[in-house]
Amino acid sequence: MNVQDKVIAIIAEQAVLQPSDVKLEHSLDDLGIDSLGLVESIFAIEEAFDVSVPFNANDPTASGFDISSVAAIIAAVEGLVRQKEAVGG
Amino acid sequence: MKRVVITGAGTINALGKNVAETMEAMREGRCGIGPLDIRDIDRLSVQIGGQVRDYDELAWFNRQQVALYDRFTQFTLLAAKEAIAQSGLRFEGELSTRSGVVLGTAGGGVNTWDENYRSVYEEGRNRVHPFVVPKLMNNAAASHVSMEYNLKGPAFTVATACASSNHAMGLAFQMIRSGMCSVILTGGSEAMLCFGGIKAWEGLRVMSRDACRPFSANRNGMVQGEGAATFVFEDYDHARARGAGILAEVTGFAMTSDAADIVMPSAQGAERAITGALADARMNPEDVGYINAHGTGTAANDKTECAAVSKAFGPHADRLMISSTKSMHGHLIGGTGAVELLACIMALRDGVIAPTIGYEEPDPECALDVVPNTAREARVTAVLSNAFAFGGLNAVLALRAI
Repeated sequence: MNVQDKVIAIIAEQAVLQPSDVKLEHSLDDLGIDSLGLVESIFAIEEAFDVSVPFNANDPTASGFDISSVAAIIAAVEGLVRQKEAVGG
Repeated sequence: MKRVVITGAGTINALGKNVAETMEAMREGRCGIGPLDIRDIDRLSVQIGGQVRDYDELAWFNRQQVALYDRFTQFTLLAAKEAIAQSGLRFEGELSTRSGVVLGTAGGGVNTWDENYRSVYEEGRNRVHPFVVPKLMNNAAASHVSMEYNLKGPAFTVATACASSNHAMGLAFQMIRSGMCSVILTGGSEAMLCFGGIKAWEGLRVMSRDACRPFSANRNGMVQGEGAATFVFEDYDHARARGAGILAEVTGFAMTSDAADIVMPSAQGAERAITGALADARMNPEDVGYINAHGTGTAANDKTECAAVSKAFGPHADRLMISSTKSMHGHLIGGTGAVELLACIMALRDGVIAPTIGYEEPDPECALDVVPNTAREARVTAVLSNAFAFGGLNAVLALRAI
């Protein structure tokens, strides 16, 4: 499973939807994921990709981890995974 | 109904090892938050807290006591010693049976849980010390206070997360007001600054890594603290009859539940607790000169709290002062309302309003007089103390100068 599919699977599980119902342009709001659901999704992402997501619930925009849409989250996770591989490589 | 007054206060927290030191730090706007000195700190992403520093348990307690007293119990006993000494009370005969202990803590013996889980899980040991259960239980502190001072009436512990102390003190108030008890040692304690206690909070992603800046636009979360504060709540007639010194009068209390969300606060729930406390105290909104805010420094709390205060007080919200002393001593979770009551007493008795330190940028959503950075001299005759807990549980106390 690539990063995109894995992230979508995590978000779908949180939203109690089929992965096929999660669209790239959806926001978390569209999917009915609240602040607690977001924090849980980020935890699941960290566990799945063995990365550390810089996210502070007090100021989601300050962390540089874009959560504005499913596509943005996937791009941000891809960035973190690349960083990790660069460091690990 | 009986009137209820405070005739003793005691504390130990990041700002000081007694009431005088703590109030001096509050007057000076000193910050007690700094780098944590705990085991495995390198595995924590949050590395600051309002820790009680240079604390040697063996300076206060003997080895047998240390084996039985978790850090939260030790803090409670030190605070109780100071409060009861100030009150001048001795509990014997009928007074003993009419006096009790009502304390708040969210986690109880968290250090004891942490150390012993480490021992059995990490180190693989199969045997723990025989006192683990009596040391970690949430009521350990209340029970040890009752034993130490011969308090034979009601004794129990309230656990409502960040509102624990306010709920405890509110119940103590009601129990004296109703005539059930003459004296209650009340307040709360927390000692959660250990690896597991901080790791759990890290998970929620509401913690700041650099400072607690309540109401400031650039705030980025809460910072944990530790310690205890306790108070002698006493029937006014009883206190007067023995010529006791009175610190303040407790005049009202209200508690509400948001019945909405397990972590997100509700302005309506908070507002109902504020207006409820005013009504219970028979105070008008205009009487209140100062509010000790819950003021955690999280986006969710600070905006909601300011909205609730604005709604509850109307135009008077712009005239009263509201500060969060968590900026100095950190968030003591279940013990926080107790330490914060000291700021209320200081306002009423000394006419000094503790500041909200770390305030750097105004936030239009928190546009109240938050007493930024520097303490202020002001005569106030009535104050409130807010506590709003996870789980949507709100508890507000009202006090008056006497």
